[in-house]
Amino acid sequence: MPVIILFAPLIGALVAGFGWRLIGEQNAKFFSTGLLFLAAFLSWIVFFRHYEVAETITIMRWLESGSLSVDWAIRMDRLTQIMLVVVTTVSALVHLYSIGYMKNDPQWGVGESYEPRFFAYLSFFTFSMLMLVTSDNLLQMFFGWEGVGVASYLLIGFYYKKPSANAAAMKAFIVNRVGDFGFALGIFGLFLMTDSINFDDVFAAGHELSQVKMEFLGLTMNAAGILTLLLFIGAMGKSAQLFLHTWLPDAMEGPTPVSALIHAATMVTAGVFLVARMSPVFEYAPGTLAFVTVIGASTAFVAATIGLVQNDIKRVIAYSTMSQLGYMFAAAGVGAYQIAIFHLFTHAFFKAMLFLGAGSVITAMHHEQDMRNYGGLRHKIPKTFWAMMIGTLAITGVGIPLTTIGFAGFLSKDAVIETTFAAGTAAGSYAFYMLVISAAMTSFYSWRLMFMTFYGDPRGDRSTHDHAHESPLVMLIPLLVLAVGSVFAGMLWYPEFFGDNVGDWFASSVYVNHETNTVIHDAHYVPKWVKISPFVAMLGGFLAAYYFYIRNPNAPKALAKRNPGLYQFLLNKWYFDELIDLVVVNPSKKLGTFFWKKLDGKIIDGALNGLAMGIIPWLTRAANRWQSGYVFTYAFAMIIGVGAILTWFVFTRGAQ
Amino acid sequence: MDNLLSLVTFLPMIGAAVLLVFLRGNDAVAVLNAKRVALAVTVVTFLASLAILFQFDPENTGFQLVEEAEWIGGLTYKLGVDGISILFVMLTTLLMPIVIGASWKVEHRVKEYMIAFLVLETLMIGVFVSLDLFLFYVFFEAGLIPMFLIIGIWGGKERVYASFKFFLYTLFGSVLMLIAMIAMWLEAGTTDIPTLLTHQFSSGTISILGWQIVGGAQTLMWLAFFASFAVKMPMWPVHTWLPDAHVQAPTAGSMVLAAILLKMGGYGFLRFSLPMFPVASFAMQDFVFFLSVAAIIITSLIALMQTDMKKLIAYSSVAHMGFVTMGIFTFNKQGLDGAIFQMISHGFISAALFLAVGTIYERMHTREIDAYGGLVVRMPVYAMIFMLFTMGNVGLPGTSGFIGEFLTLAGAFQANTWVAAGATLGVILSAGYALWLYRRVVFGDLIKESLKHINDMDTREKWLFAPLVVATILLGIAPGLVLDIIGPSVDVLVENFNMATAHLLDAAPAATGH
Repeated sequence: MPVIILFAPLIGALVAGFGWRLIGEQNAKFFSTGLLFLAAFLSWIVFFRHYEVAETITIMRWLESGSLSVDWAIRMDRLTQIMLVVVTTVSALVHLYSIGYMKNDPQWGVGESYEPRFFAYLSFFTFSMLMLVTSDNLLQMFFGWEGVGVASYLLIGFYYKKPSANAAAMKAFIVNRVGDFGFALGIFGLFLMTDSINFDDVFAAGHELSQVKMEFLGLTMNAAGILTLLLFIGAMGKSAQLFLHTWLPDAMEGPTPVSALIHAATMVTAGVFLVARMSPVFEYAPGTLAFVTVIGASTAFVAATIGLVQNDIKRVIAYSTMSQLGYMFAAAGVGAYQIAIFHLFTHAFFKAMLFLGAGSVITAMHHEQDMRNYGGLRHKIPKTFWAMMIGTLAITGVGIPLTTIGFAGFLSKDAVIETTFAAGTAAGSYAFYMLVISAAMTSFYSWRLMFMTFYGDPRGDRSTHDHAHESPLVMLIPLLVLAVGSVFAGMLWYPEFFGDNVGDWFASSVYVNHETNTVIHDAHYVPKWVKISPFVAMLGGFLAAYYFYIRNPNAPKALAKRNPGLYQFLLNKWYFDELIDLVVVNPSKKLGTFFWKKLDGKIIDGALNGLAMGIIPWLTRAANRWQSGYVFTYAFAMIIGVGAILTWFVFTRGAQ
Repeated sequence: MDNLLSLVTFLPMIGAAVLLVFLRGNDAVAVLNAKRVALAVTVVTFLASLAILFQFDPENTGFQLVEEAEWIGGLTYKLGVDGISILFVMLTTLLMPIVIGASWKVEHRVKEYMIAFLVLETLMIGVFVSLDLFLFYVFFEAGLIPMFLIIGIWGGKERVYASFKFFLYTLFGSVLMLIAMIAMWLEAGTTDIPTLLTHQFSSGTISILGWQIVGGAQTLMWLAFFASFAVKMPMWPVHTWLPDAHVQAPTAGSMVLAAILLKMGGYGFLRFSLPMFPVASFAMQDFVFFLSVAAIIITSLIALMQTDMKKLIAYSSVAHMGFVTMGIFTFNKQGLDGAIFQMISHGFISAALFLAVGTIYERMHTREIDAYGGLVVRMPVYAMIFMLFTMGNVGLPGTSGFIGEFLTLAGAFQANTWVAAGATLGVILSAGYALWLYRRVVFGDLIKESLKHINDMDTREKWLFAPLVVATILLGIAPGLVLDIIGPSVDVLVENFNMATAHLLDAAPAATGH
């Protein structure tokens, strides 16, 4: 069954990509969507199985070179099961949604077939993502890792006529490659130290790695520490953590369903999955874990601050995604891998829904994405409004404090915040405060989005507002399903992820060193004020947004005017792009030109030409004779002569 | 059949002779016949070479299908293949029909053109199957001539400059190599390669003009061979002939140059430098590592700034060959497996990339990147194929390019983490230049008036790409197809090397790395 789940999307991609001329565009779309629903259905069946120890299904041999031996294989355990349902469910719904969303896309002219290509990419992405999460070794994981990168590249650049889309696609791929640089070195290092890159062997060596030192770039360091750090650099790239995050907001150039699937629910969470998957090694690298927490918490904070002032509806949600990914890493960093996965799980539902809801708004508004031109839309598109409302309640973490009743985000996000506090370390405390502040900002920008879009008076183009219309059923059904998830996913699986069953349920898929790590247990006994603080922060954010955007709509402008520096700083995203251009991109180009013109041109060729000066007169004469054509006939005659002699020897004497 | 290797080697030459002697006239029929004969000969050669593959036993690590005969002037004619050489033979025979097919639109001196390529094929196969030092030299050097002619006659505007640059560069290395070969012959008393492989060349430190030379005679010979192979690879900084040669060469010439001729340097390292001069190779490891990483980073940065498509791919080839030399000089299993794999894989991918450039050059007669843009609108099939090979070039997992890069890097990490980190940096840069090229040529809206009526690939062009597409993907998913054949021979190479250098490891552990 896992094999069918894995390959159904690949078949869908191939049929939609290559076979659509045979079966027609409509059938290609339905076929790939149908296969995804099949995969999702089977994933849910598999989800309710229980694997005490991981089960491996070998498909075929892949790479074998000396002691390096790797198969194409599926590893089935709780982590894989969770990722399977997340990936296939969201993907199936996004496929369905896209049937409506991608129809009559104004980016394309009459007669241009773009839909089968879109579905092929979506299905191919899903296949790569499944390869990533089902892998039983680091190499296949890397295959999926880069595969989703390519799919993301193709989908961000889907509107290939738009220069901005092409630039964003390239940026995504190259920045991810920077992360992969670390990931790949981590794999090489693990192979060097454990003589294998299969999970079972690497996991078994986790403790041992913490006991030995290895040399890397002249430094001698704890092996577990340096190797996990390298792997985490890969995770930072894929999951858009600080310094490697600039590609994610730009990735919004892609069609909105892509943002929902790839840049919210699945691909960007791969980094979190990587940390959880490698927990048997991370668990022995306290230094790296602290780093993970600090980066995660800082990302959550920075992204939330930027999200406060963005005006493009998709960019707000993109920064929100980046921020929420920071939450997940913060939890993973304090050793609460299960909590990180919990937030990953619930986030997939409500964030996918927010994006798809935004897509519905964008369709209604004729591809206008600037929220300053929205307003009062709740009467025009009520169903979308309610979906977005549920998503907002979920992401801001609405629920009844001190109980386990609330929207999905309430349970998982509060769990994250409580575990960081329970960790009791310096990194954990830092994360706790950053995350609580971020929770207030999350609430603010989420409600700001709601108020600017759905409340107040209509702004911007009048006729656009007049023609705003509710989306078709194929787009509303996925919203409904995700809404159900956003409400119940947290409450339903609370015991498994955070409650009493957590140990049994995750079994051996996540490794926790119980002697040193009791953070999940401790999180239940944090002081009451800690448990209530995210709720208070959420309420504060809501009230502030209410004041700024409902009660006193002129206040934001006034505030921006009073703090122009801060406002520009946030609006320009902390100037990360400019910084990277200044430090990395421009010097690379300058170096390239220097090496080309000066080193190759002046120095190497210059020396060569100087050397050749003596024979140039001879060269010219030869060249002239050349064109007469005689020389060249002679040259051939000579070669063939030599060949003939050789041949003659071969066939007369060679046989003796 | 006793003469199988000779047959495969000389079949193209016989075809060339047939063309030279029997084909008369310069009319359309004669031109077409020349093409047909060349295609038929290369296809038959490929089919015959399959017999080599079927008769080859990978588990036997010695030379197989050996032929030996006396030759002119007391020299010996000896051929044979082992796990290291056989796939280069297969690569050559498989690519040549595609190369001929890619030349279908040639109009100038078609007969001579085809003869040049057929002769070149014989000489290239000869390099890989020779088991005698001087026979190897003859093939190795003679290969220069047809390539020189191909660039010099059928090349672009600056073809004379480019062809002489190519010729002089490679000739310089060759002269040194010849001297070293004579020295080897004098010391070992034989030119038989299998015997030389078991001969231990003296490696005691010697002193010349007050310079202490570690590795002695081995180092001197190693350096002489290195001069030749480094130019052929080409390694930085003796690579500057390659961009000019590629830019000026016709499409088919570039394909052969990148796919096969560049591999002779790597093959030379594997056949001569490592097994025959292990002590010197060991001493020179850091030197080669430095040049390899310099090649990867510097030429990748240069590629980033190119405005000419062929030059860009040429520089990218230099960078990819940097992975090969790095892999070879790790002296370990993964590094060597990876280096050979990378050479085979690069053979397919670089041939395909040059063919892809040729495909649009044939339509627009310019290689300037700025002259293109938005091709995907009119050429979707082309866009897809070009994308596949762009991804292969950047080493995407699932393509053959990944396996070579991954194994060489995994090998390098064991030898020296600085080298591995530096080379991995190249992986980022390759994504930069390759995707940027693709974006500027294929993506974007098609607004240039000149491109409004450009046509997608025709059937012939699709068939030319088909085997390359299959090879690139198949080897990426099932690399065992290559690794199983080369594996045992590489094992022996590594084992012998370790035995020969074991005493150095004990004496100077610091020499392996930092």
